[in-house]
Amino acid sequence: MHKLWASTYKELLLLSRDIGGVAILFVMPLVLIITVTLIQDSTFKTISDTNIPILLVNNDKGEVSKTIENGLETSNAFEIISDKTEAEAKDLVYKGTYQLAIVIPENLSVDLERKVNQNVNAIIAKFGLDDTPEEDVIEIPKKEVRLYFDPATQQSFKSSVKNGIDKMVSKIETESIYKAFQKQITDDPSEVVFETENFITFKEVVAKNGEKELLPNSVQHNVPAWTLFAIFFIIVPLSINIVKEKSQGTFVRLRTNPVSYTTVLAGKTMVYLAVCIIQFILMLLVGIFVFPEIGLPTLDISGRLPLLLLVTVFTGLAAIGLGLLLGTIATTQEQSAPFGATLVVILAALGGVWVPVFIMPKIMQVLSNISPMNWGLNAYLDIFLRHTGVVEILPELGLLFLFFIGTTSIAIIYNEKKNAV
Amino acid sequence: MINIEQISKKYKSAESYSVKDLDLFIAEKEIFGLLGPNGAGKTTLISMLCSLIKPTSGSFTINGLNYKNNKNQLKQLIGIVPQEYALYPTLTAFENLKYFGSMYGLKGKNLDDKINDKLDQLGLLKFAHKKIETFSGGMKRRINLIASLLHNPNVLFLDEPTVGVDVQSKNVIIDFLQNLNKEGATIIYTSHHLNEAELFCTKVAIIDQGQLIANGKPKELITLQEGAQNLEDVFLGLTGKGLRDSA
Repeated sequence: MHKLWASTYKELLLLSRDIGGVAILFVMPLVLIITVTLIQDSTFKTISDTNIPILLVNNDKGEVSKTIENGLETSNAFEIISDKTEAEAKDLVYKGTYQLAIVIPENLSVDLERKVNQNVNAIIAKFGLDDTPEEDVIEIPKKEVRLYFDPATQQSFKSSVKNGIDKMVSKIETESIYKAFQKQITDDPSEVVFETENFITFKEVVAKNGEKELLPNSVQHNVPAWTLFAIFFIIVPLSINIVKEKSQGTFVRLRTNPVSYTTVLAGKTMVYLAVCIIQFILMLLVGIFVFPEIGLPTLDISGRLPLLLLVTVFTGLAAIGLGLLLGTIATTQEQSAPFGATLVVILAALGGVWVPVFIMPKIMQVLSNISPMNWGLNAYLDIFLRHTGVVEILPELGLLFLFFIGTTSIAIIYNEKKNAV
Repeated sequence: MINIEQISKKYKSAESYSVKDLDLFIAEKEIFGLLGPNGAGKTTLISMLCSLIKPTSGSFTINGLNYKNNKNQLKQLIGIVPQEYALYPTLTAFENLKYFGSMYGLKGKNLDDKINDKLDQLGLLKFAHKKIETFSGGMKRRINLIASLLHNPNVLFLDEPTVGVDVQSKNVIIDFLQNLNKEGATIIYTSHHLNEAELFCTKVAIIDQGQLIANGKPKELITLQEGAQNLEDVFLGLTGKGLRDSA
C-alpha cells in the first residue's frame, strides 16, 4: 500500500510540474466543448439565429412565386436575395458565394391555374355537370422549379431544402385545385365549400420525466459526447508519460526495485482517474454557469450527478486502460502520441460522438458495439436524456470496466513477457 | 559471494554472442572492476547479474540465491547504478530519492534521515530541494548513486559511474564508494578509466568479445604482462590497439 501511495504521489508531482500539460488537459476540453456546442446549437433550435443568404430568381411574378417567397421568408432560415438573373445566380452558387439558388419559371402561376382549370373542367364535364360548350384541350408544358446548390453543400441541407420546396409546391397545387372546384360549384367566393386545411397532421409526443417534458437541446447532446472525447484523449499524455519513463531510464531502475509493474500502473491510474473526474466536473460547471452567459441553454443535471460521476469513473478507467496499454507497447513518443490521437478519433467516430450510430452503415453499426466510447456515450445519454437509473446503465458500466481490466492485464502480461528474466 | 557459471548471452538480432561461456567468482567485500573495450559485453554481463536481461545459457548466484527462485530477496540484496541518469528531471533530488527509497519499503523519518545523510556525504544536501533538471552532470551522477543504495545493498553494481563528470565529482564518488566498501558492501563496477580502476579496484577482470581474458589483482596483472607499466598497458596488450566500433 505504501508503494502504491508513493507511486501515486510521484505521478501527482510529475503532473503538477508540467503546467503546460495540465493546462492542456483541463483547458482544451473546455474550449472544445464550448466551440462545438456553439456550432451545433443552431441545428437544435427551431428558429435559427443565423439566416442563410440564398438567391431567388423570380421569373413568374405571380401568386405562386409570391407564396413560395413568403414561405421562404417566414421560415426565418433564409435571407432572400432576388436581384439576379438565372445565369448570374448559377454562376454565384457554383463559385460557392451562395449555397442555393431557386429559379421559378416564367408563367408558373398562370399556367398552373390553366392546368388546374383544365383538369377540373374535364372532371366536371365527365359528371355531366357542365353545360358550357366543350373547348379544345391545349397542351400546357410541365413547369420546373430549378434548384442550384453549391457543390460543397452537405447532402442533409440539400435534402431538407428539397423537401421544403416540394411540400410548398404540393400545397400550392392542392389549394389551386380546391379553388378551381369552388369556382365551378358556387359563384359566391365567400362560401366555404372545401376545408383546405390539412386533414392529417402529425404531433411529436415528447418523453416526460413526471410532468416535465424531456426536450433535448444542443447542450444535453454535446456535453456527454464531447466530455467522453476529452476523457479518452487522456490516453495521449498517459502513454507519453510511460514512454518517457522508458527513455529516461527510470523504468529500468524500477525494474531493479522490488515493486511490481501493477503497482506502478496503479499509481498512474489513480492520478489520471482524478484528472478525468476533474475534467468532467469542469465541463459540468461550464455547462451550468458559462453556457447561459453565451446564449446557450443551461445544462440540466438535476438529481443526476451521482450517476454521471459513476459513468465518468468507469469511462475514465476504460480510457486509462487503453493509455496504459499503448504506453507499455510503444517505444517512442513518436509512436504513442499520433497513434493515440488517431485512435481516439476513430473510437469517437465509431462510438457515435460525431454521427449517430443508427444512421451509420450496417457494418459500422456492428463495429460501434466494440467502441468503449459507444458504451460510455449510451450510458451518458441514458442519464442525460432518458433519465434512467443505475440498473439500466449497468451493462455499459460492466463493459467499460471489463475493457479497463482487459487492456491493463494485456499491458502487464506484455511487460512481463518482454522483460522476463 | 557472486558465482557466475558458463553464462552466455546472444541477442535476437545479433550475429555473435555478447557474452560467451563466462565463468567468474567475485568474493565478498571486493571492489571488482569489469574492464573491456566498447562492445566487450560489460554492460550485458552486469544487466544479467541485475536480472534486467535473461541469460541465453548458464547461471549465477548472489549470496547463494538464484534469481528465478528468489526474485524479491535478490532485489533487496543488490543495488544498480545505471549508466544513464535514471531520475525524474522535474522532481527535486529529495523527491526522487524519497520515491525510489519507498520502492524498497522504506518510509517516514528513517527514509528522510537516510536521504539527508547520503546527500550530505556526497555534498548535495543544500541542493536537496532543487529540481534534477537544474543539476550538472556530476551532481546527477551522485544522485543516481544515492538512489541505488538507500536500502543498504550488500552488492552494488555500477555501470560507468564516473563517466562525464568533473575531477572533483569523480573523487567524491570514489571516496564515497571506498567508504561504502569499508562498511561491508561488495562493489562491481565497469569503467573505461583504467587509471581510476587501477587505484580503486581490489580486483579486475578484462573481458573482450564476451569472453574473460584476464582476472586478478591490478598489480598481479601488471607484473604478469611483459613490459607493462600500468593497467592500461595490460589492457592494450591483451585487447590490441584496433578500434572497436560497432553498430
